[in-house]
Amino acid sequence: MGPIDLAVLDELREQVGAEFTIELIDTFLEETPGILSDLRSAAGIADADGYRRAAHSLKANGAMFGAAAFASLARDAELSGVHTDPDVSRSLLDAIDAAYAAAATCLQGIDRG
Amino acid sequence: MVDTGARLLVVDDNKVNRLLLARNLEAQGHHVELAENGRVALAMLRASSFDLVLLDIEMPEMDGFQVLEELKTDAHLSDVPVIVTSAVEGVDNVVRCIELGAEDYLSKPVNPVLLKARIGAGLVKKQLRDQQRELVRRFATSAVADDMEHSGFALGGRHVRATVMFSDIRGFTSLVEAGTPDEIITLLNDYYVLMFDAIGGQGGVVNQMIGDGLMAVFGAPLALPDSDGAAVRAALDMIAMVHTFNIDRAAAGQATIQIGIGIATGDVIAGYTGTQQRATYTCIGDTVNRAARLEAHTKVAQRWILIDGAVRDALGDGFQITSLGEEMFKGKSEPVRVFSVDG
Repeated sequence: MGPIDLAVLDELREQVGAEFTIELIDTFLEETPGILSDLRSAAGIADADGYRRAAHSLKANGAMFGAAAFASLARDAELSGVHTDPDVSRSLLDAIDAAYAAAATCLQGIDRG
Repeated sequence: MVDTGARLLVVDDNKVNRLLLARNLEAQGHHVELAENGRVALAMLRASSFDLVLLDIEMPEMDGFQVLEELKTDAHLSDVPVIVTSAVEGVDNVVRCIELGAEDYLSKPVNPVLLKARIGAGLVKKQLRDQQRELVRRFATSAVADDMEHSGFALGGRHVRATVMFSDIRGFTSLVEAGTPDEIITLLNDYYVLMFDAIGGQGGVVNQMIGDGLMAVFGAPLALPDSDGAAVRAALDMIAMVHTFNIDRAAAGQATIQIGIGIATGDVIAGYTGTQQRATYTCIGDTVNRAARLEAHTKVAQRWILIDGAVRDALGDGFQITSLGEEMFKGKSEPVRVFSVDG
């Protein structure tokens, strides 16, 4: 499976229409870099609440668009919480960034009718 | 049906979620307003009324748990149904939401069919609660309705010290025989408006109306300082109101009325009696019987207002009171000290 489960996107389209799905995707693409940056900042200062909240948001948004790998990594971050060893956090954060980049490329390529 | 056209508040810090929920709800015919965290949501809920709230849990500034706690302790907002929509994991979090008063819990991503069903159910429940409250307020006194809202409804009683009043219209049977049904009902309704006004104005509660008679309680279900003085002042107001009422009736060529009032103070058993389906708030006990006997005795003694010794002893200055000695009332083993209030 690619970075986006197209069946999930189809379901969303069916639910709210193609045009609004594009609007949601655009909002996701606008909002996510900020949340990824919040996650990294929270990891840097060991802000457990901020880290969990940012990871939680990424997980929910990822699941909505069928970005399964991205959502799953965000879930790992949410459940494991901020790590005292910055290297552990960094490798997870890098993986989340990469998964997002792949999902975003795929979503940007969606037919906009 | 109430499952469309409701005013809903969506509380979520995640913009994508807010947009999606709003879209789904608007498609279902609802009016939707958005709040990005708990603090904003509470301010909006306090500023205007909403039929239902969809609440996220993980939010900055004030999270969903804190919002639920605030709503629970706010008498004006505790009835607004809340459906939690969250991707927070763990059954304990769901349980915590329900324990804090949430109506329901929907996991994200929210299934629109489930969302519609849960919102419909939440709105129906709210409408039933509103109707129930309205009915209780119509058929019970506002004091009883408040007591039920705060303490809940439970059959069973408690001992309280209260002042009980009985009042009725003298010679009502002959009035009924002389008047048309419409005239009698109009007379009774006008009379009750005046009596409720006099009794309620002094903090009393009319808890029974039987034909032309009524029973009122001062000091239950809510405690009332100086329940004796309040009851006697109410009785004097009632006599004054009947006097004015009679002037109007006489001017209109209608028969005038006279009332008698008996008041007693002491221990009563107060509570809801009846069945789970149909119950009434009432007071029973010797004090109640004594007040009823005193009211009946007003005809014999040819006085408007009679009180027992306990009321007399508790009353302050400022009343014209005449001792009428002791009376042995039917069914009583002890004589009752009887006093007349003349002004």
